[in-house]
Amino acid sequence: MEDSKHRVAGATFADLAVPLFDQLYNFAHWLTQNREEAEDLVQETYTKALRGFASFQPGTNFRAWMYRILRNTFLTSRTGLKVTMTVPLDEGDNEPVRASDATTPETLLISQSDQQLVQTALEELPVPFREILLLCEVEEMSYQEIAEALSIPLGTVMSRLSRARSALREILRERLEGNQACPATSGKQN
Amino acid sequence: MPGDQWQAKLDTYLDGELPPEEAKALDAHLRACPSCTAEMSSRVQLRRVVKNVGNRYTLSSDFRRRMTTIAVPQKSSRRGWWWIAAAAAAVIVVAGVIGYSSSRGLSREQIYSELADQHVATLASNTPVDVVSTDRHTVKPWFQGKIPFTFNLPELPADSEFSLIGGRVSYLHQTPGAHLIYEVRKHQISVFIFQDRAILEMLTSEGHVGRKLSFNVESWNHDGLRFFVMGDASAEDIHKLGRLLRNADAS
Repeated sequence: MEDSKHRVAGATFADLAVPLFDQLYNFAHWLTQNREEAEDLVQETYTKALRGFASFQPGTNFRAWMYRILRNTFLTSRTGLKVTMTVPLDEGDNEPVRASDATTPETLLISQSDQQLVQTALEELPVPFREILLLCEVEEMSYQEIAEALSIPLGTVMSRLSRARSALREILRERLEGNQACPATSGKQN
Repeated sequence: MPGDQWQAKLDTYLDGELPPEEAKALDAHLRACPSCTAEMSSRVQLRRVVKNVGNRYTLSSDFRRRMTTIAVPQKSSRRGWWWIAAAAAAVIVVAGVIGYSSSRGLSREQIYSELADQHVATLASNTPVDVVSTDRHTVKPWFQGKIPFTFNLPELPADSEFSLIGGRVSYLHQTPGAHLIYEVRKHQISVFIFQDRAILEMLTSEGHVGRKLSFNVESWNHDGLRFFVMGDASAEDIHKLGRLLRNADAS
């Protein structure tokens, strides 16, 4: 049942691509913020990837390749074009990471009960920050793999990640401070 | 090194990307610095929540099925087989493949689709069977040495509405099995039998006629084998064939 045209180093496209359904869909949904658009995006990604599988280099990172196709497809979609027009992708990416970006004057306390708060904060982050945080902390990709998936240099991965984390913490801090009138919502650390 | 410079390295450390020597130095610093340790735990906690929240979107089963048809290329045309399947009444009996499929992480729908494809492709072929015989005593021994197991076929009475046409060797994900073709009132029926690799726990349709992928389905378990009867023949015909096979297996 295996199609020799779709084999790379003994693995078929299906062998490599089917296990990625869930994570690519999750990522697509975070990018588009919409179920139907996410489904269209994943479907188009797989169609393109299957068509281009012959050009995939065996031994290189298949997962990063799939994410790259998905992201490029997203960036040329209607929602993606809006994102690139409103958010400069590489603004500040080449600035060196300053300690003040990564540090905080007082420790931010987030508990499991703050999930909704974190969900909203992630949704509010600009796409370049949201996507790099998801790849690093949810997909647990290495910096190298993120660089391949986003087609950016390793140094940019590090600076963008740092800025993304600072931005996330900043949003959370504002929300937590805003909620201080209601102590139940400001979580305590376990 | 000042505390804020250490803190700038915490995330890189947690990402597992800090060079080993710096990671070792940071370890030592954390043991001596309560404020960096507190900052570290707060970041670990935030990551935990981000990871939970970040994994929140899941595929619908319909979309998963649709994606499977895109990602798993089939020999026969995906677009065409429903049409052909509708023309040829299909009853597919699968023994034991499901445990294997679940160990490979395939869904039942994928198994059904592959077997349905094989059924349709076989009927569309000019030589659908490799052993042509209505006699089970000819068909069954023909499989000796070709598949790694043996099976029982029912003795059909002369006036039975079911008749045996013949058989061929089938493969499902590199597993050899028997593919038999029966006929009932000019409807071609496929019976697939595969070796049991593992016991399937996820099927609950014991002795129950239901519908899957527009086929009627009956399923039962016997001697550690899981049987599946699936087709667009009437539920009654499927049940009758299932009963014949169960009786043959018990004899």
